[in-house]
Amino acid sequence: MKADGIGARVTRKEDHRFLTGNGQYTDDIILPRQTYAAFVRSPHAHATINGINSAAAAAMPGVVAIFTGKDIEESKIGGLPCGWGITSKDGTPAIEPAHPILCIGKARYVGDHVAVVIAETAEQARAAADVMDVDYGILPAVVSTGTAAASKTAVHDQAPNNVCYTWGHGDEAGVKAAFEKAHHISTLDLINQRLAPNAMEPRAANAVYDRSSESYTLYVANQNPHVERLLMCAFVLGIPEHKMRVVAPDVGGGFGSKIFVYAEETVLVWASKRVNRPIKWTADRTEAFLSDAHGRDHVTKAQLAMDKDGKFLGFRVDTTAAMGAYLSTFSTAVPTILYGTLLAGQYTTPSIYVEVTAVFTNTAPVDAYRGAGRPEATYVVERMVEVAARDMKLDPAEIRRRNFIRTFPYATPVGLTYDVGDYDATLDSAIKMADVAGFAARRAASEARGMKRGLGYSSYIEACGLAPSNVAGALGARAGLFESGEVRVHPTGKVEVFTGSHSHGQGHETTFAQVVADKLGIPIEDVSISHGDTGKVLFGMGTYGSRSLAVGGSAIVKAVDKVIAKGKKIAAHLLEASDTDIEFVNGEFIVKGTDKKVPFASVSLTAYVPHNYPLDKLEPGLNENAFYDPTNFTYPAGTHICEVEVDPQTGKVEICAFTAVDDFGNIINPMIVEGQVHGGVAQGLGQALLEDCIYDPESGQLLTASYMDYAMPRADDFPNFKVGNNVTACTHNPLGVKGCGEAGAIGSPPAFINAVTDAIGVKHIDMPATPERVWRAMQSAAHA
Amino acid sequence: MNAFELHQPKDLASAATLAGGGGDLRFLAGGQSILASMKLGLASPDAMIDLSLIPDMKAITVAGGVVKIGAMAKHADVAANADVKKAIPALADLAGGIGDRQVRNMGTIGGSLANSDPAACYPAAALGLGAMIHTNKRNIAADSFFLGLYETALDAGEIITAVSFPVPEKAAYVKFKNSASRFALVGVFVSKGAQGVRVAVTGAASCAFRATALETALANSWTAAACNAVKMSADNLNGDLHASAEYRAHLIPVIAGRAAAAAK
Ligand SMILES: Cc1cc2nc3c(=O)[nH]c(=O)nc-3n(C[C@H](O)[C@H](O)[C@H](O)COP(=O)(O)OP(=O)(O)OC[C@H]3O[C@@H](n4cnc5c(N)ncnc54)[C@H](O)[C@@H]3O)c2cc1C
Repeated sequence: MKADGIGARVTRKEDHRFLTGNGQYTDDIILPRQTYAAFVRSPHAHATINGINSAAAAAMPGVVAIFTGKDIEESKIGGLPCGWGITSKDGTPAIEPAHPILCIGKARYVGDHVAVVIAETAEQARAAADVMDVDYGILPAVVSTGTAAASKTAVHDQAPNNVCYTWGHGDEAGVKAAFEKAHHISTLDLINQRLAPNAMEPRAANAVYDRSSESYTLYVANQNPHVERLLMCAFVLGIPEHKMRVVAPDVGGGFGSKIFVYAEETVLVWASKRVNRPIKWTADRTEAFLSDAHGRDHVTKAQLAMDKDGKFLGFRVDTTAAMGAYLSTFSTAVPTILYGTLLAGQYTTPSIYVEVTAVFTNTAPVDAYRGAGRPEATYVVERMVEVAARDMKLDPAEIRRRNFIRTFPYATPVGLTYDVGDYDATLDSAIKMADVAGFAARRAASEARGMKRGLGYSSYIEACGLAPSNVAGALGARAGLFESGEVRVHPTGKVEVFTGSHSHGQGHETTFAQVVADKLGIPIEDVSISHGDTGKVLFGMGTYGSRSLAVGGSAIVKAVDKVIAKGKKIAAHLLEASDTDIEFVNGEFIVKGTDKKVPFASVSLTAYVPHNYPLDKLEPGLNENAFYDPTNFTYPAGTHICEVEVDPQTGKVEICAFTAVDDFGNIINPMIVEGQVHGGVAQGLGQALLEDCIYDPESGQLLTASYMDYAMPRADDFPNFKVGNNVTACTHNPLGVKGCGEAGAIGSPPAFINAVTDAIGVKHIDMPATPERVWRAMQSAAHA
Repeated sequence: MNAFELHQPKDLASAATLAGGGGDLRFLAGGQSILASMKLGLASPDAMIDLSLIPDMKAITVAGGVVKIGAMAKHADVAANADVKKAIPALADLAGGIGDRQVRNMGTIGGSLANSDPAACYPAAALGLGAMIHTNKRNIAADSFFLGLYETALDAGEIITAVSFPVPEKAAYVKFKNSASRFALVGVFVSKGAQGVRVAVTGAASCAFRATALETALANSWTAAACNAVKMSADNLNGDLHASAEYRAHLIPVIAGRAAAAAK
C-alpha cells in the first residue's frame, strides 16, 4: 500500500487551516461597499399580513433599503421550487403551494420571512428590522403532525385538509394475504421526533451584482452550489446561468440543512441588483433554530406478520410525515423515495406495503437531515424486529438471522436491488466486539447496585450513492444525480482536481487526493482538490446521501483513467513503442517487458511543450473531465449494539457501550471513516437520548430555540465507541465503495431504544429517552 | 445587543455613587448571565458598571470557622482553592460543577447570587449552609435573600461584596442536570452543623428554597432512606419543557438522599 494512497490513515490536509483559524467561511468574506441584511420574521405561527409600515424603520440610521412581499409580487418573482414530484396513490400530483421568498399576504410559521432590511451595518439592519410595523391578523395554527389532517384550519387554501399527498408503495394485497395466514402479528406505534440540524456554522450568504458584466456572484454556506445556481436561476429569479456564479467556500457542517435553496439567499441575490451593493446575511443561532429546514417528524403505525418460527411474512407501515409550512427543496422525497424503499431492511420479508400521508403544518419546513428518510425507515424496521423478537420469545440476534437476506443480487419488494452484502458477518463481529456473551454478568452486576441494564441491536441498511438518474427520474426527481470530475495535470505533473461534490466536514481534500495520488503514483502533496465554485467546477450535483466518494469519486477515477490513457499515447511516442505495449505502474509509463520507461511528469511536460509530440494524432495538453452516473444505489449495512444502564430512581439512562460494525465497501481512509461513524453515532444517539425540537401545540411558538432548551449531545454523554468493519466491495462502481456519512445516524437510534426498553422491561418508549419519560414508563410498567 | 456606556470604577465608593445615578444600570461581574440576556434582547441597560477593577473583591479566606468569599471570586477560583476544599469540600465541588470551563473562568459568586436564577447552584449553597451575604450597605442572611424569580433582597444599586459560609460538620451538593443547559433540573445542598440540618433545593421552583420536611427527616436519621420516605408536594414547583412539577417533586427527596449519603 502506498503510504498516502488508498487505504492509508492520512491525516486531513484541511485540518491545519481549520484548526489555526484560517478557514474562509461565507461570513469571513467582506466585499467593498458591503451592506448587511436583517430579516423581519413572523412572531406568529399563522397570520394574515394586513399591512406593513416601513416608515419608522426607513428613518433609522444606516438603512439602505427595505423590501417586503409586495416588492416580490410586483417584480413577479416566483416561489422556491420543490425538486421532487410525488404522485398520490389516487394518481393526483402532490399539492405544491407557492413558497414566496418574502411572505405575500400570510405568514405560515414562526420565523417565516416577512421583510428584509438592508443597512450599512448588521447592527443597524437588526435595529431597523426590530421597529418594522407589521399588522398581523392572528389565525389558529396547525401544529401537531398526527392531527393536522383532521384540523379545521388549513395552512394553504389549496390543501383544505392539510394533506400534501398520500403515497402508497409496495404490495398492499400481498401484505393483506400475509396477515391472514400469519401465526402472529406484532404491532408498534411510534413517533420519530422533529430535530433541528444545528450545523456549527449558521447559514450565511453574501450576494453581489456587477454592473459591468451584468452578472451576479453569490457566496453561500451550501452543500451543492451548482444545484443552488440552477434552481435559483432557472426557477425563481430568471437569471441566465452564465450570469451567475455561486461559491460555497469553507462550510462548517450541513447535515442536509444546506442542500436547499432558501428564501434568504434568494432575496439577497435579487436585492443586490436593486441596491447595487453587496448584501450579507448571517443567521444567528435563534434564526437557525427557527428557519433552517428541520428533520424527521413522523408519526407511524407498523404491523409485522410472522409464521410460527418468526419468519417475516408481511410488513405494513402507515406514516404521517410533516412537511412544515412549505415544501422545501427535497422535502417530498424524504418520507417516500428515501423511506418507503428501505423498509425491507436486511430481511427477506416477501410483502411490504407503506402508505405515507404528508401534511402541511404551521412549522418550519422539514427536509433531509443526516440520513434523510433512511433513519426513519431503520427506526421503524429495527424497533419492529425487536418487538417481534420479544413477542415470539426469540433472541433478538436469532430473529434477525432467521430473516437475513443471503443471496445477492436481491430485489426487495419495495423496489431496490441490493448488489452485495454479508449481514451474518457484520452481526457476528458486532456480537463479538460488544462482548454480548458477557452481558448477563454485567447485568447482574448492575442489578446488584440497584441499576437496570439493557442491550439493543440494530441491523440497518441504507441506500446511498444517490443515484442512477434514470431511476431517480422515474421516481419523480426533477434533476439528474450524476457527478462530474475534472483532472487538470499541469506541465510539471502537479494535479488539480475539480469535483462537483462539496466538502463541509467530510474531508474530500484528503480522501479524493489519496485516490488520485494512488492512481497516478504521485505524492499526495502534488494533488489539490477544488470544489464549491461554479466558476471553477464544470458542473456538480453536490454532497448529500453519502454520495461524494461513490459518485463524485467515481467521476474523478474516470477522468484519471482518461489522463492515463492519453499519457500512454504520449509515452508510446516518446518511447517509440505502440500504445498497447505501454503500462502505467507507480507513476511511470513502461514498455511492457522492458526497462524502457518515462515518468508521469515528463509525459505531462511533453503534453504542454509538444516539441517531440504526435501533433498529427493527438491534441496537446493533459486535462480530462468525466461524468459518472451510477447504475445502482450503494448499500452500506451493518449492525450496531448499544448497552445502557438505567437509574430506576431518576430514569436517567447512561450509555455504557456502543459498538458499530459497518460494511462500507472498500475504505480509502480508515481514520476519516471512523470519524464519520463517530459523528454519525453521536448524532443518532443525540436524537435517541436528548434532542427534541418542540413547538407549542396551540400557539405554534418554537419552545426550543436556544441551547438552553434544545439538548445537544456532548462528548461526556457518550462512552468511547467501538468501531469495526466488514468489507464486501460495491459491485458497480470503480472504487468498490459504498459511503459512510450517514450510517451512524441511521443505525444508532433503534439500537439505543431497544437497549432502554430491554433494561426497563417496556415495549416502547419514544425518543428522546429523557429521564422523566423513562421514569414514567417505569412507573406505568410497575402499575400495569 | 444595543450600545451602552461602560464605567470602570477603581473603588467601591465610586461604584456605589455611579450605581445611585439612576437609569437602567447593571453591574458587570463575569458577564456570563447578563451578556447572554443582552444578546437575546432581554436586557438592554444604558450603562454597565464593571466591578472587576475594585480591589479586595476577589479574596477567599478561611478563618474562625467561616469561609469568606469575595463577590468577584470566580467559580474556578473557588473550585481550586485548597482551603475551601478542606473546610467545605461541598462548596468547592459545587463551584467546579457549574457550567463549563469558560463559564467557570469568568462567572462570579456575587453575580450568581445577585442573579437568583431559578436553576443556579450557588443559591442552594448559600441557603443550605446558612450563609451571610455582605453588601456595601449591610449584611443579609441567605434565608431572607432569595425572594423569587431573578428577585433578591438587594436594593437597586446595592453591591454584594462578599459571602460568609459557616463551616459545617458535613455537607454535600448533588446536581441532577438539565440535559440542555446543564443548570440544575433539581439540585440539593444538605448540611449539618451549628445551625442544625439544612436542606436547600434549587432548579425546582421560582428560586432556591429550604425543604423543611427533608430537614426534619435528616435530623431524625441522616440516611438516604429517610429522604426517600418524604413525599414532596408538586404545588409551587416548576413544570416546563424539561420536567413536570410531579417529576421534580419525585426527584427532590431522591437527590437529597444521594447528597446525604455523599456528605463529608
Ligand atoms: C453556558 C453556561 C452554563 C452555566 N451553567 C451554570 C450552572 O450549571 N450552574 C450555575 O449556577 N450557573 C451556571 N451558569 C451561570 C453562571 O454561573 C454565571 O456566572 C452566574 O449566574 C452569574 O455570574 P456573573 O459573574 O457572570 O454575573 P453577570 O452576568 O456579570 O451579572 C449577573 C447579574 O448580577 C448582577 N451582579 C453581578 N455582580 C454583582 C454584585 N457583586 N452585586 C450586585 N449585583 C451583581 C449584575 O448586575 C447582573 O444583573 C452558566 C452560564 C453559562 C453561560
